[in-house]
Amino acid sequence: MTSVIEISPAKPVARTFRASQALERFVVPVLLIAGWEAFARSGYLPPALLPAPSAVLHALGDWIFGFDETTQTYSGHWLRDAFASGLRVFGGFALASVLGILAGVAIGWSRLFEKTLEPTLQMLRPIPPVSWIPLAIIWFGIANKPAIFLVFLGAIFPVLMNTIHGVKTVDHNLVRAGAMMGATERQLLASIVFPAALPSIFSGLRIAIGSAWMLTVTAEMVAVGYVLWDSYYFLRYDLVLAAMISIGLLGYLSDLGLKAIMARVLHWQSATTVQGRVG
Amino acid sequence: MAAIELRNIVKIFADPKRGRELLTLDNIDLDIDANDFVCLLGPSGCGKSTLLNIIAGFENSTSGQALVDGKIIERPGSDRGVVFQQPTLMPWLSAIDNVAFSLKLKGVAKQERQRRAMEFIDLVGLRGFEHHHPAELSGGMNQRVGIARALLMNPRVILMDEPFAALDAQTKLEMQEELVAIWQRHRCTIVFVTHSVDEALVLGNKIVVMTRRPGRIRESVTFDLPRPRDITSPEFNDAKRRVLALIRGESTRSAQVA
Repeated sequence: MTSVIEISPAKPVARTFRASQALERFVVPVLLIAGWEAFARSGYLPPALLPAPSAVLHALGDWIFGFDETTQTYSGHWLRDAFASGLRVFGGFALASVLGILAGVAIGWSRLFEKTLEPTLQMLRPIPPVSWIPLAIIWFGIANKPAIFLVFLGAIFPVLMNTIHGVKTVDHNLVRAGAMMGATERQLLASIVFPAALPSIFSGLRIAIGSAWMLTVTAEMVAVGYVLWDSYYFLRYDLVLAAMISIGLLGYLSDLGLKAIMARVLHWQSATTVQGRVG
Repeated sequence: MAAIELRNIVKIFADPKRGRELLTLDNIDLDIDANDFVCLLGPSGCGKSTLLNIIAGFENSTSGQALVDGKIIERPGSDRGVVFQQPTLMPWLSAIDNVAFSLKLKGVAKQERQRRAMEFIDLVGLRGFEHHHPAELSGGMNQRVGIARALLMNPRVILMDEPFAALDAQTKLEMQEELVAIWQRHRCTIVFVTHSVDEALVLGNKIVVMTRRPGRIRESVTFDLPRPRDITSPEFNDAKRRVLALIRGESTRSAQVA
């Protein structure tokens, strides 16, 4: 009977442990922000060079809600800017996903595609997307298209590499099982190889969405990236930081969205046991 | 006509790293009759899995001919169901969808697929678990799904490559009994690869003893002990002794063991 008694009080202990764990996560950021605020207010550096977190929050607030026009022409334009950036990121990312997955499956599956296509793509891969800017401007002008093109360049290679890896590491016997059940090559690819490679493809997509947001600053002549560059030219470091936070936040949100899709598509991966995975 | 005919099968694997060739199967000549339960018995590395893969169409022989129902085997096909050593199920599909996979490939409507798959889910005793995914099932249950999947194709031949090797002793005994029951009910041809003498004697009505590499057929024996077989009976032990003697290469050359 002792064991029965011992088990029950263990539960609240576990709960407080979890609560303290959640608190632990905030210790470092809170200390950092507090230290930064104190340092900025000490007057050691001119506020223009290192704005306090409160000033950044103020700028961000005005950019979003337009309450006192401290951000001048950007006041209240955040949603429009974020939407414009998001559209470019989404455009480049979607294009990169479709082409990256198609090329990746072809290269991972067929020796012919691997031999003919892969060397060229691997040579393009180390070229920094930024260095395409002059060409992108000549080819696509200065509106949305060059930005989408750069985002696409930054996003396609993680998708491509992970798809190739995913396809190549598909359990050989799974393909044999499909062939044994009479699958044609197209059916093998669509019903076995592609779903089996999905976990790997998704990790590629998640890296890609990060690169896509990273490129918005370099690629954008308008919207969030532009606000950042423009504020830099005018020494509005509070706005620079507000733009950085915006990109971080938007990137984080799109990754959350991607993770939610992944959890639904790959539900079989995190499946619980018959007894359940409670506690 | 035999269900499976193997004519002078030779398999040589190239080993480019060491610049040599490996003779794995040496002149295998074997007829397997319809509705036989044949156990290919041999030590690890004797090429018995390779021979099974050749019948399955996963590999080609270097020379010789393999025929199923008089037709030369060129590629895998749904006339030969394979049960792998590992369950080899699609982890993203539920048990019932795994069992019905071959029907989906043929474009059979969902309701019909589910109805037919359910028959075989019942047959292997997995009712109540049909909507579980492989990750939620035990090794033995997954292996049952693999067997149901092969049976549903209603193949002429079922090829099994040590399907129970990874199971614990108790589950293994259960599965062996069920497999025999299924075979008796369904009357299909089974080729079962194993390295266990006990397993071969419990299951097979024909046991093909293979030699160490290069794999040759030492002896093909018919084994007609009544079922269910009692592995502790004197007859069983007597048969076991003779098969063990065959494996050791001793002179017991009688074709009839029991």
